[in-house]
Amino acid sequence: MSFWSRHQIFEKNSIVLIAGILVVIAIGGLVEITPLFYLKSTIEKVDGIRPYTPLELAGRNVYVREGCYLCHSQMVRPLRDEVERYGHYSLAAESMYDHPFQWGSKRTGPDLARVGGKYSDEWHVTHLNNPRAIVPQSVMPGYAFLSQTEVNEASVAGHLRTNRAVGVPYTDDQVANAIADLKAQADPDNAGVDAFTKRYPKAVARNFDGKAGAPTEMDALVAYLQMLGTLVDFKLYNEKANLR
Amino acid sequence: MNPSSTAKSMTLGEAGLVTVFSLTAFLCLLAVAMAQDTAFAFHAALSSAASLWAVIAIGNRYFARPSLPPQEINGRPNYNMGPIKFSAVMSVIWGIAGFAVGLLIASQLAWPSLNFDLPWTSFGRLRPLHTSAVIFAFGGNVLIASSLYVVQKTCRVRLAGDLAPWFVVIGYNYFILVAGTGYLLGVTQSKEYAEPEWYADLWLTIVWVVYLLVFLGTIIKRKEPHIFVANWFYLAFIVTIAVLHLGNNPAVPVSVFGSKSYVAWAGVQDAMFQWWYGHNAVGFFLTAGFLAIMYYFIPKRAERPIYSYRLSIIHFWSLIFLYIWAGPHHLHYTALPDWAQTLGMTFSIMLWMPSWGGMINGLMTLSGAWDKLRTDPVLRMLVVSVAFYGMSTFEGPMMSIKVVNSLSHYTDWTIGHVHSGALGWVGFVSFGALYCLIPWLWDRKGLYSLKLVNWHFWTATIGIVLYISAMWVSGILQGLMWRAYTSLGFLEYSFIETVEAMHPFYIIRAAGGGLFLIGSLIMAYNLWMTVRVGEAEVQSPVALQPAE
Amino acid sequence: MTEHGDLDHVSGRTTTGHEWDGIKELNTPLPRWWLTTFYLTILWAVGYWIVYPAWPLLWSHTTGIWNYSTRAEVAAELANLEKIRGDKMVALGNASLEEIEKNPALLALARARGKTVFGDNCAPCHGSGGAGAKGYPNLNDDEWLWGGSLDQIMQTIQFGARSGHPKAHESAMLAFGKEGVLKKDQIVTVANYVRSLSGLPTAAGYDAAAGAKIFAENCTSCHGDNGKGNQELGAPDLTDKIWLYGSDEASLVETINSGRAGVMPAWVGRLDPSTIKALTVYVHSLGGGK
Ligand code: HEC
Ligand code: HEC
Ligand code: HEC
Ligand code: HEM
Ligand code: HEM
Ligand SMILES: [Ca+2]
Ligand SMILES: [Ca+2]
Ligand SMILES: [Cu+2]
Repeated sequence: MSFWSRHQIFEKNSIVLIAGILVVIAIGGLVEITPLFYLKSTIEKVDGIRPYTPLELAGRNVYVREGCYLCHSQMVRPLRDEVERYGHYSLAAESMYDHPFQWGSKRTGPDLARVGGKYSDEWHVTHLNNPRAIVPQSVMPGYAFLSQTEVNEASVAGHLRTNRAVGVPYTDDQVANAIADLKAQADPDNAGVDAFTKRYPKAVARNFDGKAGAPTEMDALVAYLQMLGTLVDFKLYNEKANLR
Repeated sequence: MNPSSTAKSMTLGEAGLVTVFSLTAFLCLLAVAMAQDTAFAFHAALSSAASLWAVIAIGNRYFARPSLPPQEINGRPNYNMGPIKFSAVMSVIWGIAGFAVGLLIASQLAWPSLNFDLPWTSFGRLRPLHTSAVIFAFGGNVLIASSLYVVQKTCRVRLAGDLAPWFVVIGYNYFILVAGTGYLLGVTQSKEYAEPEWYADLWLTIVWVVYLLVFLGTIIKRKEPHIFVANWFYLAFIVTIAVLHLGNNPAVPVSVFGSKSYVAWAGVQDAMFQWWYGHNAVGFFLTAGFLAIMYYFIPKRAERPIYSYRLSIIHFWSLIFLYIWAGPHHLHYTALPDWAQTLGMTFSIMLWMPSWGGMINGLMTLSGAWDKLRTDPVLRMLVVSVAFYGMSTFEGPMMSIKVVNSLSHYTDWTIGHVHSGALGWVGFVSFGALYCLIPWLWDRKGLYSLKLVNWHFWTATIGIVLYISAMWVSGILQGLMWRAYTSLGFLEYSFIETVEAMHPFYIIRAAGGGLFLIGSLIMAYNLWMTVRVGEAEVQSPVALQPAE
Repeated sequence: MTEHGDLDHVSGRTTTGHEWDGIKELNTPLPRWWLTTFYLTILWAVGYWIVYPAWPLLWSHTTGIWNYSTRAEVAAELANLEKIRGDKMVALGNASLEEIEKNPALLALARARGKTVFGDNCAPCHGSGGAGAKGYPNLNDDEWLWGGSLDQIMQTIQFGARSGHPKAHESAMLAFGKEGVLKKDQIVTVANYVRSLSGLPTAAGYDAAAGAKIFAENCTSCHGDNGKGNQELGAPDLTDKIWLYGSDEASLVETINSGRAGVMPAWVGRLDPSTIKALTVYVHSLGGGK
């Protein structure tokens, strides 16, 4: 039999053809994906990474819902200009609790991986309401409606629980106090602020949108933006140990 | 029709589907009452209504049909064309919608006030609507329509299943409806090209499995000893998309009565799953599937044998084997470990020739028939699509090289690459296929007007050229501006200066998109008139409807 | 193929002998150039795997004979950059602000550095040209909230205003209405008084004496007896026709009623000390600083 006629086995039997296809397409995925779950070097050892607070998580969901990732990356690449413009390159550890990841694939707007703390809350609120009011050249849409919508408090514990189901280490305490923590973080005068900061070390409670009343989606989104990239203290981070 | 003598009885499929849909109509009504958010309530209500409609439609069909359609009439296969007609029409409708939304988002980037600052008209929600509408709704319907047509013709049997093909085409378009309205309402998983939420994903899984069964079932009962090469590609496309869909989408819903879910994977693993999926959505949806179209429609239209059977074999297996590995080229220089990036890059380079194998087989099939390009604009469209395919599969491996990608990634260069593949390859090969299919499906001798096809060809071609050249310039400009340093060693441009610099190119791109959209409207008119009145002018020869 | 195909007269090749719906296949051999190029790409890939990290193993992955790492590469690139500009930046860091102003080379360097950093970090608030926006002061004019000397500017940039940094400027405009200190009509009156300070027309029926009285009792502690402001407290000069939040009555009423406390972030930690110096000099050069 010639080399070419051996192929008949696939051409004459659809089940063999399907089996062949399955085998051939399985290999690449298996080799590339499985090791990421067991190779220790995949995710660096760094301190400071914590799960999102309920308010930040709600803000992250707004970020996902509005499709911010379609214009903004959250992945500073280890390239000279990016490190200079945005700060330390992103670590895998920094998105380890991100279900799903928000690295993005297009930078119509700047990278946001380290935007936390760069601007004031007021700036974000003004900018999100109407980007061109403050950055005339911007092409970003306005999101004024976020200030009008309250965060759905009832479901927030469910969100934490679901995250726990997919592997985010929320404690029982955190889940039980999800609503209280949500409210406390958006209101510095709230009696629960101390308990909140104990549950989420270094998280800050502020009135992010500057408005009185229940936490809005604007509060949540700004809280999320203000924590981006702030968890790892790069003065303590051991760069040499994490080359890979 | 051949009235059957046996007493009419309800098939298992009819009975089963009526039961299942009755049940879902009820359950979805329940879900409306229990819904945690308005989007979910809306989708549940929609699904309830759709299920009810399905019950009535199946019932009506049962009462109306004399018996089950026979497999053969007078010794010739009784081809099942109804679902194919439906899918073909949907592809034209969705295509126009998808291009129009593309034009809108292109205009938004040029003139941001077009976002209207409303939730459902903002760029971030419309962009997935565009990508899903063009890839899954337009491209998907072309793929389903053509695959169900080609598999029947090249196996010389009627499609497997009676209701199943209808279930596939209607179920698939219902998935699109749920996904699309979901985007507008802010329902998204944020995984590019896999944005639909968990319940839409589940529904698609069911539809897709039935699609596989219909397709495979038809092949299994074929009357030809060998499986035609287009069907290898269709099969690889269907099977692999199923695997990818299952791998990328597992998620846990916050509530079974709510739209929001959290994806099982996180961070770097999720990124790898996503681009394993995303890249192979390109590889198997936008490439393998459309190569299948090429393998049937080009030889058919050119009336020439396929250039090389051996090339078909080698490029088929090497293509599907190598494609799977190339995903990490979407993650160069990210937090994905270096070793994986290396694999992504090297396999992308090795993918170059297998991709060009398809191009060679497509183009060289014309040897001996090149003169037809002058007289047949449909064939010209098909051939130009293959040329664009060759171009983007050269550009792709080049962009996979890490140093090149360090410039191109995150910029409009990627968008230019996407659209040379999407408009030039996917768009043109689909248009070519539709121009062939519609007269065949409606038993017309030819198209209403070849002149209009010519007009479509030229407006769209100019549109593509404007689009991709604008994106190349803006992409490379943007990439260079981001990394530009002054002689003193400082970054030269602020980010916002690069945003400003894009403005003229965004306008040119929108103009190109506008031309492409106009072209597709010309096509829609031409196809509509073909169905209504058939061939209007005396035309140069078109491929004859094969005897049946 | 085992079956014997027929001859295709156009190409001179045989077909495989099959036909599907009228479509046949030629038995053309693989194009040479195609196969060769394919082999070459494979060869190249193998070579690449040998030198670069490539294949995952059970406990680690192959590292390649060049021991390459993107992270090491960027570290080297940044070190390289330091070679180009490092000495100069160190000189900048070591020089006092006054020395920089006097040394033309350092001054040019500082302005160049300042300009690039300003674009990505400060322009979003203060505008591309430093002209400011509502709530974000103009850095081009000669007026300064917190002082326009080099040291004062650097102080502001380093620690910001109401930024949460312990050394930030803290004082803020009180919310006289919200805190119940002044009543609605008093606020309107004093707002008109503030307008009169810079020569703006006042509303009909406005009681100038009452306005002056309210101002003297509540505002002079920060804005000074004649409303000329106080840079210690970041209290703006209310007589200079430069407005941070607007001069129409409604804006002024809002300012007095709800207070103002614009936040300028602290940049220590985010930007390195010599860059902050450069920015100081750059901003100073913008505004005809004092
Ligand atoms: C159409 C593209 C687009 C979308 C969608 C978009 N942005 Fe932007 N964004 C931009 C552009 C362009 C800029 C730079 C100009 C500016 O500052 O407005 C920007 C700037 C920003 C900045 C300032 C970053 C910096 O370092 O200066 C933040 C924060 C931001 N966007 C957040 C968001 C959020 C949150 C969303 C979603 C709710 C969003 N953006 C959606 C285009 C977009
Ligand atoms: C989040 C917005 C924001 C950003 C970013 C920002 N500033 Fe400011 N800046 C302010 C505000 C608000 C004030 C006024 C503070 C006040 O009202 O007292 C201010 C005040 C100042 C002042 C004092 C002006 C005066 O009149 O005394 C200087 C100088 C200054 N900024 C420089 C900078 C520089 C340099 C940068 C970049 C490194 C920068 N700012 C970034 C918001 C910002
Ligand atoms: C505790 C100190 C303090 C007192 C008392 C005070 N102010 Fe102010 N005022 C400030 C500061 C600080 C700012 C600048 C706020 C900022 O930069 O965000 C300011 C800003 C203002 C502005 C805005 C200026 C502009 O350019 O937009 C007006 C108007 C004003 N004050 C009027 C008054 C009046 C009227 C009173 C008395 C009823 C008063 N202030 C009392 C500290 C004070
Ligand atoms: C009228 C024609 C079209 C126009 C004007 C258009 C416009 C656009 C625009 C403006 C974007 C967003 C780019 C950005 O974020 O910067 C986009 C993205 C995209 N479009 Fe189109 N498009 C058109 C047709 C198509 C077609 C026919 C396809 C596919 C068959 C397609 C596939 C895509 C894909 C996959 C993306 C996402 C690219 C990425 O994320 O990298 N488009 N399009
Ligand atoms: C050998 C073939 C190809 C290779 C190696 C390849 C490679 C690439 C690379 C390197 C990118 C950029 C990734 C990034 O920097 O983010 C990319 C993006 C893309 N390519 Fe290709 N490409 C190929 C063919 C095609 C074809 C034929 C299409 C058809 C339409 C296509 C569609 C896309 C799309 C949609 C994206 C954007 C993905 C995203 O970021 O959303 N590619 N491709
Ligand atoms: Ca993308
Ligand atoms: Ca999905
Ligand atoms: Cu890809």
